[in-house]
Amino acid sequence: MSDNHSGALQELELAEQIPPKERLKKGPVAIIECVEEIPCNPCVEICPQGAISITGGLNKIPRLDWDKCNGCGVCISGCPGLAIFMVDLTEGKEEAKVALPYEFLPLPDKGETVMALDRKGKPLGSAEVLRVQRGKRLDRTPIVTIALPREWALQARNIRRLHR
Amino acid sequence: MRITEHPILQFKRGKKIPFTFDGRELFGYEGEMVAAALHAAGVTTYRRSPQLHRHRGFFCAIGKCSSCLMSVDGIANVRVCITPLREGMVVRSPQGKGQISSEDTPAQWPWPGQYADEILETEVAIVGAGPAGLSAAIETTGLGVETMVVDENDRIGGQLIKQTHMFFGSKEQYAKVRGIDIAPLLLDHIESTRAQIMLGATVVGLFEGKTLGIVRGRDFFCLRAKKVIVACGASENMLAFENCDLPGVHGAGAVQTLMNVYGIIPGRKVLMVGAGNIGLIVSYQLLQAGVDVVEVIEAAPHIGGYQVHAAKIKRAGVPIRTCHTIIKATGREKVEGAVVAKVDENWNPVDETQRELLVETVCLAVGLSPTAELLFQSGCQSWYIPELGGYVAAHDENLETTVRGVYVAGDVSGIEEASTAMLEGRLAGLSAAESLGKKVALGRKKNVLDQLAELRAGPFGEKARRGKEKMSQEAWSHVR
Repeated sequence: MSDNHSGALQELELAEQIPPKERLKKGPVAIIECVEEIPCNPCVEICPQGAISITGGLNKIPRLDWDKCNGCGVCISGCPGLAIFMVDLTEGKEEAKVALPYEFLPLPDKGETVMALDRKGKPLGSAEVLRVQRGKRLDRTPIVTIALPREWALQARNIRRLHR
Repeated sequence: MRITEHPILQFKRGKKIPFTFDGRELFGYEGEMVAAALHAAGVTTYRRSPQLHRHRGFFCAIGKCSSCLMSVDGIANVRVCITPLREGMVVRSPQGKGQISSEDTPAQWPWPGQYADEILETEVAIVGAGPAGLSAAIETTGLGVETMVVDENDRIGGQLIKQTHMFFGSKEQYAKVRGIDIAPLLLDHIESTRAQIMLGATVVGLFEGKTLGIVRGRDFFCLRAKKVIVACGASENMLAFENCDLPGVHGAGAVQTLMNVYGIIPGRKVLMVGAGNIGLIVSYQLLQAGVDVVEVIEAAPHIGGYQVHAAKIKRAGVPIRTCHTIIKATGREKVEGAVVAKVDENWNPVDETQRELLVETVCLAVGLSPTAELLFQSGCQSWYIPELGGYVAAHDENLETTVRGVYVAGDVSGIEEASTAMLEGRLAGLSAAESLGKKVALGRKKNVLDQLAELRAGPFGEKARRGKEKMSQEAWSHVR
């Protein structure tokens, strides 16, 4: 279905899941990169704002109400497919923020410079780690928030530590 | 190599203990399986094939294939992948097909253990303590039925114990919970006063009068039940290619067992064959264990698994190559590499596209087959349904087979995944209890059936849907 049918989504395929520009400008918002009909719905219950819905059966594609979503990021670690990211492209800010699930060791440190990777694992350039969240509520799926140039915000979906 | 740090798991190893392998002293940890200890100690050849003397290691690591048969403390043909290591164990590579009488055997021949004269009795016997078997026990014990669960492993949970990822589905099916955390939750729901769980016990036959023959250690005994639920899962498929029998070619489940249950990496560089959900998930878990997944290859033009699973390894930089197959594994005594090639539209390899990859492990994720031998031995009629993974015991909508009172649940009734296995287990448990005269509240079975239908409703459920349809329309009406 994507990338020569081998896994990485193209932005075009995500068109319906990516909030409109006007919404992105307003502040942080989740992007649910889940475009196949698979039987799964934990995202619906986990959202404290009630912004995610799946209608017409368990297999339908989750939809996010951009206006209800406040970008809290709770859904990131609650998605069994690790397919939810938070993007902050607030207008007027110099850099963008991306929060992503990161289930690898060692975790990066706050302030560390890491390599931002796109959906195919291709390096985009360096990013700064702003926050590393972990804890019981996240059930072993830490959330890493990075600051990076605005033009990468819709592409950066992973990080690589530069020194181990 | 043993894993010291892991993002999801903590490995609690037992006491470090010595054992011998062909006279050489090695060390392992108490409680881990002999096969795992050997692998961690760097042993790759466990035996030689009887005729061509080819090197053989373990393939499935869950007691389903016979690749790892060794001599242990003088007993021939022991599956070392499900045999817990004990201090001072004497492990030997078997000679030929294995010698049943050797100098190591101190006790009397033919069987150094005991035949129990007494036959144990229970109302419901469940074979297999995986997601299906445990779920069945929840329903039977909840309805006041005396139940005994028999499993040949040393712990409950079946293959849940290595599933470090969060499950899909909805809340009723433990969505968002990691597989490793589900077995204890299931156990909590089993009415313990009504249940016995017998571990390390292999059911070797299902005889007249619903009597199970059970081997446990050196002992043999019988268990007679009014109803039997067989939930013994599936085994990993092999793929035929040159040197596919070399040590280092493992099933994906075996790799998962080794790294997620025992904390041992299979090799430093891995080629994954198959991009269904198992291939994709295990690739991700290999990355989490610090292993380099060199490539994932898939013969079909599309990945078979969920896009979200593929995305996790793609964004980590692992290439997934569709229209690719493995030509051969290279290496003399163990895997040292693999040759892969593109396939054309007729699935024939294109010679000029051959490439050799340097890998230590070739991981096969090419499907599963139901472990239905016990059912067939007991006289259940079988039916070949490719969508369900091959030969399965014909069964009705209550999961009852043609041997009345014998039920199936989980992968043994048709390959799906753990969420549907749990639901089928509940259905079999309810059906068995009902047939024993227990009153099952109206709607209980319907609720389970509705959940099953919903899980199978999407495009990814099509195969199972078609398989189950063939079962009810072709197979059952034919055999009945």
